[in-house]
Amino acid sequence: MNLKLKNIKSETLSSSNVHEIILEVNHLKKSFRDQEVLKDISFKLFEGENLVILGKSGSGKSVLVKCIVGLLKSDSGAISIFGKKSSSLNAKEFNELRQKIGFLFQSGALYDSMTVKENLEFPLRRMIKKLTENEISDKVNEVLENVGLKDALYKMPAQLSGGMQKRISLARTIAVDPIIMLYDEPTTGLDPITSDEISTLINEIQKKYKTSSIIITHDIKCALKTANRIIMLKDGEVYYEANVADFVHSDDSFIKSFFN
Amino acid sequence: MIKKDSISKTEILSTSCKSEKININSTLIRTFLLDIAYVTLFLTKVLKTMFSSNFEFKEFLRQCYKIGYKSLPLLSVTGLILGLVLTIQSRPILIDFGAVSLLPSMVATSVIREMGPMITALICAGKIGSGMGAELGSMKVSEQIDAMEVSSTNPINFLVVTRVVAATLMIPLLVFYADAFSMLGSWLGSNIKGDISFVLFSSQAFSHITFLDFLPAIIKSFFFGSVIGLVGCYKGYNAGRGTASVGVAANSAVVVSSLLVIIVDLIAVQITDLIVL
Repeated sequence: MNLKLKNIKSETLSSSNVHEIILEVNHLKKSFRDQEVLKDISFKLFEGENLVILGKSGSGKSVLVKCIVGLLKSDSGAISIFGKKSSSLNAKEFNELRQKIGFLFQSGALYDSMTVKENLEFPLRRMIKKLTENEISDKVNEVLENVGLKDALYKMPAQLSGGMQKRISLARTIAVDPIIMLYDEPTTGLDPITSDEISTLINEIQKKYKTSSIIITHDIKCALKTANRIIMLKDGEVYYEANVADFVHSDDSFIKSFFN
Repeated sequence: MIKKDSISKTEILSTSCKSEKININSTLIRTFLLDIAYVTLFLTKVLKTMFSSNFEFKEFLRQCYKIGYKSLPLLSVTGLILGLVLTIQSRPILIDFGAVSLLPSMVATSVIREMGPMITALICAGKIGSGMGAELGSMKVSEQIDAMEVSSTNPINFLVVTRVVAATLMIPLLVFYADAFSMLGSWLGSNIKGDISFVLFSSQAFSHITFLDFLPAIIKSFFFGSVIGLVGCYKGYNAGRGTASVGVAANSAVVVSSLLVIIVDLIAVQITDLIVL
């Protein structure tokens, strides 16, 4: 049941200078065998905003972003990115579109067998094939400096702490200059201080690279720090959609339970 | 009345046992058929990717190094011991028959035709198959395969095709290498209780070996390699969620590839037998 689905576009527009719809999800459904994970999800992401999708574990948040980035195929519904329906694109076109989407995985997903440098070079070599060795090297240094880990260039992922791995993973994601950033549980498994640092980094990246972001989380602190707008998922449905101020002052018991 | 009741209970029990058995059997058959379907789909995907995508040569060389070069110490020891043991075990019997001069050629024939390829393949199934299963399984669990796909890289092409091709090409070379060490071991074994120079040993060993002894062994080694590569990658690539599934993937990769190596060997021996006859 949708508790509150009001038109908050105008409010968000004034608060964060958003312009146009950059990503649109319409009536998205996804099931795994008998289990219906996403039940008719619809929402829009506007240019330049940070949209937080909040929900309990198992509410379908990760499945939703994986459907957006094409790692999972939805059963029905449509996903439009930059006005193009992703289902109508062929593999080559979709890969070109993917270049504009950065995905930060819950686990960081750094390649174990590669050094930090090789991890950062990997998407650059694969996605932007025209780059010279010098350009690749400059880009790697730039993104590492942005996440504050310039000294980690030749380390293996196993030599890094959880927070550092997340930062490197974030660096790898922004290396290809994405327009949309998808963060899947960016602060999961991190201590409160590191979580706060990652949340700050998300905001800095949005400002510096002018990205539009979807942040999947159940961490209320991260949500409040990064969001322009919040969508609450419950049992695979959009339960609540509001800007941060309305969300904080909501009387709904389910939403209040997130603050406890 | 009591008797009737007890009979009916027994009947009910046996009926429920039968239905349970049927259920278990049907589940097993279903799982088996599903497995075959998944393997076929995986194989089709790998073959399609192999011939349609750009070959990842750098990753292929890295896999060749891992599969080939890194297996050399293990195969040196195994090959040496194999030749040594074969010689020590066969020598007394051949002395009884007065055919000790045939010892080098007997060892060479058995090593080149059967023992070398088989032992190498089984060792590689354990070392390489489990390594592939565990590596790809942990990549799957830690979303590294998904990350690769998001980076516009086909994980089947980058991870699977390179490993399968590397295993297919490296196993025959490793077989040659293990064969050589087995012959060295055999020469050492011959010298424990006898005295034979390496040149004489070699000329006696290869006096009865023909091209037809080498060819089937080489051909089946290619198949052993592709089976080990495919099974290891399939098990790892299709690992479930959670760290326990990495262990399961590695374990089943070893079990299934070892079994398939033996089956392939049986088929190869039958075909060779038919062709030679």
